[in-house]
Amino acid sequence: MKQSIMKKIPKELVVSLLAVVLGLIAGALFMLFTGNNPFAGYSYLIKGGTMSIERLGNTLATASPLILTGLSIAFAFKTGLFNIGAPGQVLFGGFCATAVALSVNAPKPLLLLLSVSAAALGGALWGSVPGFLKAKFNVHEVVSSIMMNWIAYWVVYYAIPAYFKGSFLETESRKIAHQASLRVDWLTKLFDGSYINLGLFIGIIAVFVVAFILNRTVLGYELKSVGFNRHAAEYAGISVNKNIILAMMISGALAGIGGAIIYTGNAANLQIGIVPTQGFDGIAVSLLGANTPIGVLASAIFFGLLYSGKGFMNAMTNIPPEIADTIIATIIYFAATSVLIERGLDKLKRKRRGN
Amino acid sequence: MDYVVEMLNIRKEFPGIVANDDITLKLKKGEIHALLGENGAGKSTLMSILFGLYQADRGQIRVNGKDVNISNPNVANELGIGMVHQHFKLVHNFTVTENIILGLEPKRGLSVDVKSAAKRVKELSEQYGLNVDPNAKIEDVSVGMQQRVEILKMLYRNADILIFDEPTAVLTPQEIEDLMKIMRNLIKEGKSIILITHKLKEIKAVADRCTVIRRGKFIGTVDVDSTTKAQMAEMMVGREVLFSVEKPDKEAGEVILKLDKVSVKSNREGVVAVKDFSLEVKEGEILGLAGVEGNGQSELVEAITGLKDIVSGKIFINGKDISNFSIRERINSGIAHIPEDRQKRGLVLDYTIGQNMVLEIYDRKPFSERGLLNHNAITEYAQQIVEDFDVRAGQGVESVARSLSGGNQQKAIVGREIELNPDLLIAVQPTRGLDVGSIEYIHSRLIEQRNRGKAILLVSLELDEVLNLSDRIAIINSGELVGIVDAKDTNENEIGLMMAGIKRGDTD
Repeated sequence: MKQSIMKKIPKELVVSLLAVVLGLIAGALFMLFTGNNPFAGYSYLIKGGTMSIERLGNTLATASPLILTGLSIAFAFKTGLFNIGAPGQVLFGGFCATAVALSVNAPKPLLLLLSVSAAALGGALWGSVPGFLKAKFNVHEVVSSIMMNWIAYWVVYYAIPAYFKGSFLETESRKIAHQASLRVDWLTKLFDGSYINLGLFIGIIAVFVVAFILNRTVLGYELKSVGFNRHAAEYAGISVNKNIILAMMISGALAGIGGAIIYTGNAANLQIGIVPTQGFDGIAVSLLGANTPIGVLASAIFFGLLYSGKGFMNAMTNIPPEIADTIIATIIYFAATSVLIERGLDKLKRKRRGN
Repeated sequence: MDYVVEMLNIRKEFPGIVANDDITLKLKKGEIHALLGENGAGKSTLMSILFGLYQADRGQIRVNGKDVNISNPNVANELGIGMVHQHFKLVHNFTVTENIILGLEPKRGLSVDVKSAAKRVKELSEQYGLNVDPNAKIEDVSVGMQQRVEILKMLYRNADILIFDEPTAVLTPQEIEDLMKIMRNLIKEGKSIILITHKLKEIKAVADRCTVIRRGKFIGTVDVDSTTKAQMAEMMVGREVLFSVEKPDKEAGEVILKLDKVSVKSNREGVVAVKDFSLEVKEGEILGLAGVEGNGQSELVEAITGLKDIVSGKIFINGKDISNFSIRERINSGIAHIPEDRQKRGLVLDYTIGQNMVLEIYDRKPFSERGLLNHNAITEYAQQIVEDFDVRAGQGVESVARSLSGGNQQKAIVGREIELNPDLLIAVQPTRGLDVGSIEYIHSRLIEQRNRGKAILLVSLELDEVLNLSDRIAIINSGELVGIVDAKDTNENEIGLMMAGIKRGDTD
């Protein structure tokens, strides 16, 4: 077991790093074409995310929900499912967390436990519907989970103004109390007033929990069996339907917790009419992380850096902020076509050996 | 002497392996030349070189005495070399003619001239005695007929040198007979044939000469008439091979599996695949289930193992009614199953061999406790199976199942199922596509199970296998039991007839 993992990781790591490098090169070309100096651009991009302790904290805070949504997608991939419903699960999970935060009065630790649990349950509920439809009626999860995204969107669109209306604006919920927020004083102080919060720790814990479930437990063995080869799983007496629903629920719960971090940690209220992009970004995070928990952690932090640095780059140069998004998109593109990179690497190796 | 094809001192290397090492094969005009070798011996590589799919690293190819450079399959086609692949390449909702002209459609104006093409196909079919209806749709004709369409495809392209890649693997005994006849007709009409196979019986029946390769090396070319099967087998495997396994007489004991009027629906809508099927398999016996492919065997096995619901009837194991048991409950009641399709059902190809060896029992102690896997216990258990069943894999139990050769994958599955120590072992095509060495080994393990008092239900399309191993043979046709005969007082002929649905005694 150890040997095969040792052999595997470097190759996947190389592929991911190559995807990043190629994406950065493409970004540099874009900067050149728009008449800018790519070295200056990138140095401001990196500085923007790291130059002060506060900015570093913001980078990590931006990365936190991405860890969860990345894990959500990666977990689904490992079990043979494509959970494109993460945005809906994030939104509904975040809504559940916000609802608890605004209506329950309890000591902070208990309240946080309740709100994060509510987010996980909400996300699991949102994931279970496509899982159930796939298991029972063989409805493809991509179709049904995109539908669920819009159901979440409109449910929140209706419920926030109806029950949790903000004091000034119709389009957002009331602000949650500090007592209900994932932000804690010592962390805020440590990072010079950054909006970094407990979400980062939740993310890191989730990385280890997911890795543990996938590699060490009977549950993970069954889920992966169904994901890799449902016919063989069925032959061996593993319940395929149960595991599909379960996988979607766990995946949904992870995304839901991501929602709690976004709306009750990084932010303090929930705005309606916005599909959280972190859900879709989870796909990129997962792909770049080779669908492994540790890879997800690393790539989420990398994406966090790009997102939090792009504002600074924009302010200091004439490079349009869209360039940062273009770089991200290009990296996603290379990560998604990593098979091609892998093949190229193999060819290179063979050539070298041949000569 | 006239040779139509000469492949001289061919060498082909792949990263880490020499697939062909100094191999020479000479095909005389008008002969059937068998190419014999175990799985992975390098037969397919050699033929792919001749067909232009690979380039040789060294060596020469001559066609009709002229040096040629076959850089791609189009060149091979122009040289008159055609290949019937093991897996047919046909468009299922096209007609026979449409399939044959695909790629070189005769045109009249803007439309395809199917009519004249059909006429040509019909002429060819009659000339070579193929008996193919040019206007039938592929999805409506039998596997044997589809193969003839593949042959016609080559003839339509004026191929003179025909390569058959394991052509009998998918055919019934009767279809094999027909194919042999067709091959002889082709020779009569001036064609030359290379027959890739590892079935000695067929070589004996139809081939003139035989070239044997082993692990990429040329072993020799022999005259088939003056060489015995045993000699060829020894050349192929590199050691003496036992053809029929020692099988001591044994009195069958208690009934283990009892099927009581079981009916099963087919995968196709509205069709009943198995009708009122009753059968008993006893401890200490191998019961062979013989039948032409697609006559309900697969559905019957799926019904017993729980992969498919039954419509009516009852299934008993050791007297216990398991008709409504889940798959896992049936496994726990003592049923093991070597599945028909090793890659679809038998293995999780992306798991390691170690992980695959506990596919049915990972949730038992010591492989897991309180929901946590014990990797050491799993590895240890798998290690034993890999050693006992001679599963050859680069990194032992850590090898990903996908990286193993088909034969070794099969041995791993057989090992896993026997190691479950089941009361009933259902072995479906346990040696499909394997070479004689592996077949011999798996057969002896099945007999060993029987001798230990276990019940075995053997489902196979290979009549030889059924006849050799079984104590009793049940014959199935269109989902119905035609009859049960004692293996000792029957023969291939009788079973062949029963497989066609003719009951014992009807022929008198």
